[in-house]
Order: sequence, then structure tokens, then C-alpha cells
Amino acid sequence: MPINDWFKQREGRRYTVSGQGCAEPATDGVPDGVWRSCPQCKGTLYQGDVARCLSVCPHCGHHFELIARDRIEALVDPGTFAEIDGALTSADPLRFSAGKPYGTSLERACQTTGMTDAALTGRAALGGHPVVVGALDFRFVGASMGSVVGERIARAFDLARDERRGVVLLVASGGARMQEGMLSLMQMAKTSAAAGRLAGAGLPYVSVLVNPTYGGVTASFAVLSDVIFAEPGAMIGFAGPRLVEQTIRRSLPKGFQSAASLVEHGMIDDVVPRVELRRRVSTVLDYLMPAHASGADAASGTQGGEL
Amino acid sequence: MARFVMEFERPLAELEEKLIALKALDIATTPELAAEIADLEREVERLRVTLYSALSPWEKVQVSRHPERPKTDDYVRGLFDDVVELRGDRAHADDQSMFTALATLAGRRVMVIGHNKGHSTKENVARNFGSPHPEGFRKAERAMRLAGRFGLPVVTFLDTAGASPGLEDEERGQAWAIARCLETLAGLPVPVVVAGIGEGGSGGALAIGFGDRMLMLEHSYYSVISPEMCAVILHKDAARAPESAAALSLTAADLLRLGIIDEVVPEPLGGAHREPDTVIAEVGLRIAAALDALAGDDRADLVERRYQRLRAIGVYNEAG
Repeated sequence: MPINDWFKQREGRRYTVSGQGCAEPATDGVPDGVWRSCPQCKGTLYQGDVARCLSVCPHCGHHFELIARDRIEALVDPGTFAEIDGALTSADPLRFSAGKPYGTSLERACQTTGMTDAALTGRAALGGHPVVVGALDFRFVGASMGSVVGERIARAFDLARDERRGVVLLVASGGARMQEGMLSLMQMAKTSAAAGRLAGAGLPYVSVLVNPTYGGVTASFAVLSDVIFAEPGAMIGFAGPRLVEQTIRRSLPKGFQSAASLVEHGMIDDVVPRVELRRRVSTVLDYLMPAHASGADAASGTQGGEL
Repeated sequence: MARFVMEFERPLAELEEKLIALKALDIATTPELAAEIADLEREVERLRVTLYSALSPWEKVQVSRHPERPKTDDYVRGLFDDVVELRGDRAHADDQSMFTALATLAGRRVMVIGHNKGHSTKENVARNFGSPHPEGFRKAERAMRLAGRFGLPVVTFLDTAGASPGLEDEERGQAWAIARCLETLAGLPVPVVVAGIGEGGSGGALAIGFGDRMLMLEHSYYSVISPEMCAVILHKDAARAPESAAALSLTAADLLRLGIIDEVVPEPLGGAHREPDTVIAEVGLRIAAALDALAGDDRADLVERRYQRLRAIGVYNEAG
């Protein structure tokens, strides 16, 4: 087509997408008595409306916390997620008993979240691309990285490398899991090494940082991705704001460590509202996935018909 | 010069002072003093042995922070020839808390990378007390890449309380700089020998703190978090650091048991600062032996083996 016609065809086309592209608030089927208050606009919301909008406030766009499985389901092609390594569970190798015994914290976290540790990983398709996807759940011991989280993340990278998949990780974390001591710190090196090997194999890795992402997780696999996005309002850093404040002995500037300020400082690529995330990540994969890796078979999220 | 006295050394220091005072008296006029001095000397020696032969984890942390403990630049001066210091990260600044240099250890050409605490307040201010800024880690990463390209083995010295937690450190991407070091170090096609000589504080230590052979001085520590900060998180009370230090399994002996390091280098009674030259020479011998053991290895094997070593770290259950 002549280039002038091509430009003409594109006239009037929308280049940007609204931040609140969620479904119209429903007028029926809202469960009775399920209300939620938005901490940002103070509005009172029907839980059903919030859920339809991927837990984003339909009035002001505030992003509520999401559990790991819901984050993954909201991101990948429907019905393609298949968990891997669910059988890994945390031990208490140091028998850490200072403060609350680690064993007790783990037990409670398993009960309240229904998860076996803070990271959930698996095969999936995203925009038709074969990926290994993962999410960290802040409810599980602050999504801290111990041996199991480190192992799941490293295996996710290894699997992607073996099966020629991209990697997409939705990251939240308080940092390394101190109850596992140096075993936990070394997971930073392990996951970073695994991310490096994926990069060396020419496969893309996209990370999405959600609120909050701190410490040893930020300073390892979370930021070794090819493209880094963050959710609106996410707080991201290495040292926590209180420690920074104590160090510099004055109050912190407004917006310090916020996703928006990280874009300004050149540390991440963009702040992407949850409702746009699937399209944005799948577009990145369109550009970066090696052509031969995105076969029709792999796109189902399964490998050779079995999981 | 008066030695810096650590908290747990105080009873010993008091006895030592008393001994010095007694010795200053005129023995000729009071001959019964001689016996008293001999008794006190025996007592001092007995206390020294009991104090230092069973240091608690928290006491080891104090020894590792002793201001007179040999620093990275003491090891560099004591062990290496033809030192060409490399400075700057080529993006922002030269961070003196991170030392990088081309250097020769008894004929072995290597790249030295080390956290660099100072010997005086003035030096410590210039070196940010050994806590690197992002530009320090970027300098280290630059040195790693250079070593990798030209086949120079890497020798690192760990001695930091941790990465600098300032406002600008955050704004300039402290986490990004550390993460990039981890990725680069993991993939380096040259031998990497790590020596823990003092403090091994968290991610700031880890950035240059893993490799093919890892040794640690007996009273150095390596930890996911400082005992003080751990105590604040658990008990809102930094004074409970001794408990945290014990719980974190941060001593060289603990880490040998956990399979994270390969060897513990013994220190003289009282700590490395009592006989720095002996300790520096012993560390040099061990590094040279490690370099020689790794020298013939195929580069691809080296990287693969380092990866498998990292992959094997972690304790978990796997059902079914």
C-alpha cells in the first residue's frame, strides 16, 4: 500500500488506552453486604465491581493487592496456566527461633494463603507466546525469598531455557528471608545466575514490580529483566524508606521510591495499569520472542501435550 | 598506642591495665611485688585464653569490626606486586569504598576486587566506611568484565557492613547495580576466589561474594542481615543483637557446616589484628593454592560448575 494511504488509514486511530478500561459496573448480581473502602479516594465500593476491574478502584484507579494466582490468571491467556514445582516446601534449616519461631510463621502462612510458599510458578501462554510465568504473594511471610522461592524462580528460568519459553514474573517482596540466614542471601546469586543464563540463550524476560518490592529481591532477579514495568503506586527500592530516612537524618522527598519516580530516574521502563498489563507484556513478547520459539503447539501452555 | 577495646574484652583490658601499672612501680623497693606481678600475668593469660578460644557469634561480629583489623588495602600491600589500581565506573564517579586493581600474587596475574574500609576517620569518610554506592558496584562489575575478557582470575576481599542505604544510592539504582554484579560474577569465564576478611554484610557483600573457592577468616562473619537490624525487626530492640547473631548462623564455622564456604582460616588468639602479618600471609597462601587448583580448568566447565554450585544452595522439602 502506498505510504500516504497507510497514514490516511491510521487517522483517527486511538494511540493510548484509558487507565480504567474495566467492565461497566454491574447493576445486578452484586453480593449483598460486601463493601470495600478505597484507601486513596475514600470511596465505598462494591467488592463485585472491584473484582471485575482486576481489583482496581473504578473511581480513582487505586490498585488493591492481588493474590498471586489472581495476578497470574489476570495476565496470561485464559485457561493456560499450569503450576510447576508446587511440591516444594520450606524447611527450617537453621531452626530459627529468635522472635516468633520460623516453623510457626510458615504454618500460619500456608493456612491463611493456601499456598506452599510465597512464589507461584508455572507454564502458560501469553498473547500466544509460550512463557513460564510466576508471581510472589506478599501475604506469605512478606513474599520474602528463602530456599523455596529461590529454587522456584531458578527452576522457572531453567525450564524456560530448556523449552525455549519467555519468562514473565510479577514481583513483590520484603527481601531476603532472614529466618533462613545465608541460605536465603545466596538465593540472590542463584536466581541472578539463572536469569543471566536465560538472557544468554536469547530468550526474553519481562518483570512487573508490584507493591512493595524491596531488598534482596529487588537487588537480584527482579531487575535483571529485559523490560521492567511497575504497577501504579508500587513502592520499589533496596533499603526501606525508614532506614534511608535514618541514614540521611532528614525527611524523604515526596514520591521517593515510587514507581513514577523510578521511571524519572531511568530505573524502570513504565508504570502500567493492571488492566493494560496483558496487552503491554504480550506486545513486548511479540517483539522479543525468537520466531521459532512461538510455535502453535507451545502456545497452548503445555509442552508436547503433557504438563 | 592504646588498643581499641571491644565490649567483651573489658575485664581483660582492666587486668592488663593493672598489670602495666604494677610493672611501672619500683620492684627493688618492694620485692613482694614480683610475686604479685607473676600471679597477675598468669591470670591475664588464663583470661585471654578463656575469652578468645570460645567467642560467641556476637563477639566474633565485634572482632570482625575491630578498627585495627587488617583491611583490603593491607592485604593488597602485603601480598601483591605490580598493582595497577582501576578507578571509576565510567558513568558517575569513583567510589573509594570499592577497590579494584590489576595485581600479581607471587607471579599469578589477577584482578583484585575488594570492599575497602579505612584505617582512620578521614579515610573512612572518604571510603564511606566501606559501604559501596551504586558506582562502587558498577566499578566492581567493570573490573569483573575486564577480567573475564582477558582471562584474569578474580580475587575478592569481603569487608563491608553492607551497601550504602542513602537517598541518592536509592535514586541511582543501588539494587540494579548489585543485581548486575551478581549476574556478571555468576557468568565469568575465569576462576573466582573469595576471601571473607571482616564483615560480610548482606547484598553489598554478596555482590562480590561468591565464586569457585570461598574462604573466611575464623572471626569474620557473612550474614543476610546485620544482627542489630535483625533484632530491631524481631524485638524492636537493637540491644538484643547477641541473640540474633546466634540465630542467623553467620560465623565462618556455621557457613562451612552449611556448605556455603570451603575453608576457615584460623586467626591468632585475640583476632587477626593481634598478628596482622601472620594472618595476611596465611590468607595469601590459601588464595594462591586455590588459584593454582582452579588454573587448569576449562572455562565453560568453570561457569557450569559455579552455576551448579549455586543451584545446590538451599534447603527445602520436595514431596512426591
